[in-house]
Amino acid sequence: MEPETETATEAVTDTADENFARSMAELVAIVEALIFVADEPITTKLLSEVIEEERDSVEAAVVELQKEYETRESGLQIREIAGGWQIATRTELHEDVRKFLKTRPSAKLSLASLETLAVIAYKQPVTVPEILEIRGVQSASAIKTLLEKRLIVTKGHKETVGRPMQYGTSKEFLIQFGLKDLNELPSIEDFEDLAG
Amino acid sequence: MEQEPLEQFTFDFKKETAEIVGGSSDELKLKLGEFAGPLDLLLFLIRQEQANIFDIPIARITDEYVKYIRLMKGLDIAVAADFLVMAATLIEIKSKMLLPRDPSEVEEEAFEDPRKELVDRLLEYEQYKAASQMLYERTTIEQAVFGRGKIESDDANAEINASVFDIVTIFQKILLRHRDEIKMEIAREEISLSDMIKTLKRRIFEEMELNIQTFFEEMQSRRELVTAFIAILEIVRTESVKLTQKKTFGEIILKAVTNGTGN
Repeated sequence: MEPETETATEAVTDTADENFARSMAELVAIVEALIFVADEPITTKLLSEVIEEERDSVEAAVVELQKEYETRESGLQIREIAGGWQIATRTELHEDVRKFLKTRPSAKLSLASLETLAVIAYKQPVTVPEILEIRGVQSASAIKTLLEKRLIVTKGHKETVGRPMQYGTSKEFLIQFGLKDLNELPSIEDFEDLAG
Repeated sequence: MEQEPLEQFTFDFKKETAEIVGGSSDELKLKLGEFAGPLDLLLFLIRQEQANIFDIPIARITDEYVKYIRLMKGLDIAVAADFLVMAATLIEIKSKMLLPRDPSEVEEEAFEDPRKELVDRLLEYEQYKAASQMLYERTTIEQAVFGRGKIESDDANAEINASVFDIVTIFQKILLRHRDEIKMEIAREEISLSDMIKTLKRRIFEEMELNIQTFFEEMQSRRELVTAFIAILEIVRTESVKLTQKKTFGEIILKAVTNGTGN
């Protein structure tokens, strides 16, 4: 995993020894159970409140759990999504999972909606005229679709002529696009070369 | 120009995206699809022409663009105003480029390419187009990942979390409440609208002036209040009675208008 989480693991095992609280293995087990049971990605903060442990120890336990799943090539994975932790199936297994669930990939967003969403994700909070300027086309119906799908939310009025409504992405956006947070999006400048 | 334009099209992430299939130069066969907007179409045409985005052959691209819009119209596709705005912009740039440059300006570095603004917009748009492709890829991956199914916890089924005893108790409470209600209904005295009008009329002509707030306060029930209100409206409309108010939000007085003076 990332170097910072590595150090966190070490630090925590130290404190755990001192406190004589739960062993790392116990923590990993509890954390696994809670992530499994949670309906939505569960935050480290909430985990630590529920089990009354330091956030650092909880974080370390989750990272440890994540490693365990990876080492034994589990069909499940622990993912960091929308600021929380989630237990989910591995991507590679999607065909068999779909066969069982009898589902097909849900309706995809139109080109116009995706573009509008991209502009909102990078420029938020952003107004309709600002989106028009970048896309060169009216985006009203795309915005409606995105609002209906709860991918974007209103972010108050901009204090300018006409006080236009501003839009930004929602937590649902992070979940549906598998993002930890907005910083995980590649910077818009990185697309310069790709596009050309 | 008609040579494998598909190869030029970077984004195949939406299969229905417009593509121009072979054909003679003046007759383009169009496989129906959508361009996300005029900038999208313009980028497509520039690619198709294998032109350099920093040195757009404006005359050629404008011709292609206009041709494309005519085609859309011919195929009965509603051409959005935004596409027409872009056509106008292109023609404007084209004409600016045809004008001979002011010789004094040419020497200076200050001369600005009339295409510059458009190029900047295209480049910015291209970034977001690439970003939208990235988002598309992310959802595709995301749709291959499944969380667990819903757990039937008490929380999710709160309404079933009650025993037969609970339900009977609540039912009895409801019955009890209903009994009280029935009692009230028997006690209620119904007053018809015509009776109410009569009472009101009598009061106004006896007292000459009637504060409607006082009148309303005499009412026993909601129903009577409503009837009283309708009666007032009715009496003002049909009888020689007028409503006066000395100041805004002040008391409203019903007054009988004596024949001859009232208006």
